[in-house]
Amino acid sequence: MYTDKVMDHFSNPRNVGEIENADGVGEVGNASCGDIMKIFLKVEDNVIKEIKFKTFGCGAAIATSSMVTEMAIGKTLEEAMELTNASVAEALDGLPPAKMHCSNLAADALHEAIKNYMEKGKA
Amino acid sequence: MKRIYLDYNATTPVLPEVLEAMLPFYRENFGNPSSVHWAGRAVAGAVERAREQVARLINASPAEIVFVSCGSEGDDFAIKGTADALREQGNHIITTAVEHPAVLETCKFLEKRGFEVTYLPVDSDGMLDIAVLGKAITPKTILISAMWGNNETGALFPIEEIGAVARKHRIRFHTDAVQAVGKVPVDVQKAQVDLLVLSGHKIGAPKGVGAIYIRKGTRMTPLLHGGHQERNRRAGTHNVAGIVGLGLACEIAGRDLTAKMEKVRYLRDKLERGIFAAVPEIKLNGHPEKRLPNTLNVSFAYIEGESLLLNLDMKGIAASSGSACTSGSLEPSHVMGAMCVEVTLAHSSTRLSLGPETTEEEIDYVLEVLPPIVQRLREMSPLYNCRTPMSCEECSIVKRV
Repeated sequence: MYTDKVMDHFSNPRNVGEIENADGVGEVGNASCGDIMKIFLKVEDNVIKEIKFKTFGCGAAIATSSMVTEMAIGKTLEEAMELTNASVAEALDGLPPAKMHCSNLAADALHEAIKNYMEKGKA
Repeated sequence: MKRIYLDYNATTPVLPEVLEAMLPFYRENFGNPSSVHWAGRAVAGAVERAREQVARLINASPAEIVFVSCGSEGDDFAIKGTADALREQGNHIITTAVEHPAVLETCKFLEKRGFEVTYLPVDSDGMLDIAVLGKAITPKTILISAMWGNNETGALFPIEEIGAVARKHRIRFHTDAVQAVGKVPVDVQKAQVDLLVLSGHKIGAPKGVGAIYIRKGTRMTPLLHGGHQERNRRAGTHNVAGIVGLGLACEIAGRDLTAKMEKVRYLRDKLERGIFAAVPEIKLNGHPEKRLPNTLNVSFAYIEGESLLLNLDMKGIAASSGSACTSGSLEPSHVMGAMCVEVTLAHSSTRLSLGPETTEEEIDYVLEVLPPIVQRLREMSPLYNCRTPMSCEECSIVKRV
């Protein structure tokens, strides 16, 4: 059902955890649909220096969270905003059709974290 | 890697002696039992012997047994066959909210055809209130359909009480006993059942064969029209090898049933106690006592069922989940919903179902492997050990644990 890449990221997820005093935090999903993703960012000079995630969800939810952290690290905020859920799924060599909309929210969580960082800057 | 199968409620391996008994009916005894010649005669007896074996297991007469292709066909036949035959008497059917889709979807189909269906609620243990059943009966009620044992939680309905109510009101009573047969004693006389469905592959016979018990004198419209097989109740050439396998599997299931039940119950209880001792914040789904002896359904707070199943699978353990992700829909299991299990717990409901082949060593291995997996997933979950105050939605989730 899942590709080798999905299983790799699922069984060996990268960047799991929280960042204390994170510069930006984003959360998407809700409990009733069975997926909650939370992304924590540390930003320096407009670049994502550190990124961590915590996810409640199925195999696809955990794998996409892990993948998006790998894709985002080292990118400028503008570059990271251009990452999409589809590009995350593609980087994992695809997801089962049923998972494409429900468990493929990792880029949204990243974008929420970046927006949260931007809003903090304004305050 | 070890391979541990704890999904016997999904299906079971064909028993070696069952397979052996079936093989001649693919080879030398290939005949059609409806044929008059030597090839047909050679197998007709085998089909009738199997009918006796099935009948004996559930205390029925052989003439009351009709072979079908699977449990779903049996349930479809029981409900649609009754609805059509008794259409003039009424259009009301009573069933329960936790039935297998083979019953629920058939009832929904009939609702579109002008039937009215009452779906009886269950309590948080998955139990039916017999008084509620009594109140649901109307002069238009033609059928009560209630499962013997629940496939997800193992909850055992008070079948004899339901049967007594049905009999008192002279309403036909159908039970989906697919999960109960072979796991607990099933007696159609004691339970006063009119229609009972069982399936081969749940008890060590192959997939593709099942049976329906139709009490003598119960008028039914066939589901499959065609030839005169099964006394005109079910057309179609007999699945001879499958039927032979089902018959022998029923005979084996009936041998020392109590002793086998006690063995599997001991192992299930050990698994249950072990998991509850090692993992905090978990919930048993289903009735603590009134339950199939082989079934354990547990929800683990803060984590999701599919990710737990995948992790167990990586350790060679096959189990099943009520999570939306494994059901193919966006909703978690309807059984958990009917029991008012909180939604995140429903997503994490995990079923471990044991079989006669399950060993103590396997249970010990699961008890060794499962707790660290749960802990690892919890540490990955934003719901677990939140440092920041939780949002209302999140805290409502955790409080209800």
